[in-house]
Amino acid sequence: MDSTLNKVMNDFPILNQKVNDERLVYLDNAATAQRPNQVIKALTHFYQTDNANVHRGVHTLAERATADYEAARRKVQKFINAPEPEEVIFTKGCTDGLNLVASTYGEANISAGDEIVISIMEHHSNLIPWQQLANRKGATLKYIHLTADGELDLDEAAQLITDKTKIVAVAHASNVMGTVNPIKQLAKLAHQHGAIFVGDGAQAVPHMAVDVQDLDVDFYAFSGHKMMGPTGIGILYGKRQLLEAMPPYQYGGEMIGFVHEQDSTWAELPYKFEAGTQNIAGAVGLGAAVDYLTGIGMDAVHEHEQQLVNYLLPKMEAIDGVQVYGPQDPAKHTGVIAFNLENLHPHDVATALDMEGVAVRAGHHCAQPLMTYLGLTATARASFYLYNTQADADRLLVAIQETKEFFNHGSRKTK
Amino acid sequence: MGLERLNSLYREVILDHSDHPHHKHALPDATHKITLKNPTCGDVINLDIDLDDHDKIKDIGFTGDGCTISQSSASMMTDAVMGKSKEQALHMAKTFSDMVMGKKHPQADLDELQDAAILSNVMTFPARIKCATLSWWALQRALLKQPDGSVDSDDSDKGE
Repeated sequence: MDSTLNKVMNDFPILNQKVNDERLVYLDNAATAQRPNQVIKALTHFYQTDNANVHRGVHTLAERATADYEAARRKVQKFINAPEPEEVIFTKGCTDGLNLVASTYGEANISAGDEIVISIMEHHSNLIPWQQLANRKGATLKYIHLTADGELDLDEAAQLITDKTKIVAVAHASNVMGTVNPIKQLAKLAHQHGAIFVGDGAQAVPHMAVDVQDLDVDFYAFSGHKMMGPTGIGILYGKRQLLEAMPPYQYGGEMIGFVHEQDSTWAELPYKFEAGTQNIAGAVGLGAAVDYLTGIGMDAVHEHEQQLVNYLLPKMEAIDGVQVYGPQDPAKHTGVIAFNLENLHPHDVATALDMEGVAVRAGHHCAQPLMTYLGLTATARASFYLYNTQADADRLLVAIQETKEFFNHGSRKTK
Repeated sequence: MGLERLNSLYREVILDHSDHPHHKHALPDATHKITLKNPTCGDVINLDIDLDDHDKIKDIGFTGDGCTISQSSASMMTDAVMGKSKEQALHMAKTFSDMVMGKKHPQADLDELQDAAILSNVMTFPARIKCATLSWWALQRALLKQPDGSVDSDDSDKGE
């Protein structure tokens, strides 16, 4: 595989190190991505030259910081093709954005007897807010299950989504199985029944071109840190008319129109949902990450990851005793690959891979209902990004083989 | 480095215990029962302890699911505390958790842990310390709990 992206690795200083005496192969990108120099420099530059609080000073630095912050918002707006910058709200992260929708729109619009439809592959952050909302309101939470190939069962979705449904919330891409879900289709289905659609874009926005207008989603949340921005910053996109009608999420500075002793009015969008001093540097860093991704092009990022998966998936599946979860067709798989080695707990696998300098995740991946549904307690998970190379994929394959041999023979030869 | 360093964690005796765990069965009539979960990985241990009238561990058994380290640790723990008094077992639990955190204990304390003492190497794999301590926590929690048969309770220090 000859990808033009192979050289971008040099933009990431953290990758240039040895772990346990081996070149670090970082394959935990679904948990958090690494930051390129461009993002690190943008953060440093902001703190060294422009730092001030936004929207509340008349001095020069305050104006600069405000301009930086709002420029970042417009970069994100363009990146996801949101109609207006006011529909792009800065949050702490994807979890924060989804909780915002559940606590405001959900609180105001869900009543006893209503139904909320999610999928069994949801991350806890797109599950618990709806579960608890349903519990508070006496509403019913329903789950779309999977086909044998780890894709959403769309026939079941069509049966579950009815005129009783008020909210449909589904991940754009699974953080465990790498499945890409047809959320445009699900949003259409939701709208046909008068429901709104909420997309969890945490595992999609960093890896593919996302156009919220084309998808026609009502809300769409994602995190900055999975797309090489800082931690503690995220985005909630919402359609203006919905956001306008919603009560605020938190109260405090910056989000007010006018405060009287006994009552208050709220600021215009997006500030109504940005109470208190925001993560201004985080927003600036996220803007730099958007610039970086835009410079490379999301189609190129997607193509690069697709090539890696095309190369790796059949080779992993060919290793005796390796079970790969999710779609077996590489074309339907993002760079997130959950797997297990026969008779070996994923924690043992992850420790062994770490000894080889290969960083993977092991556990339930914040998707316990999915694990239960699949009859698993945990899996290992390798997740790739634009700076990973075919050499990284090869290192993973070799490390898996050696791990298998270690536990099968290695120290057990006396048995 | 490769996998050589793994040999210090996955010693033969540890692999033997995880392959053929001792006392891996439920005790339906146990006086003390507890279920503990490791929330970071989803591992579960159900620990059943049967104390006699003199607070001595008459029988102990565990069920559940987990990695090599947590399974072998549970197996070695049940070997070590079988026949011990409640106070002795609690002391051993303290020794074990101190040991894997790198705190020193007299050799006599470590000897009392039997095979379990070999898990001291886990302290060089910080991410795995919880795997090793889960069963010992369960022991401690179960013994300090009122023997009312309830599981997954947080009232671990009511004492008896």
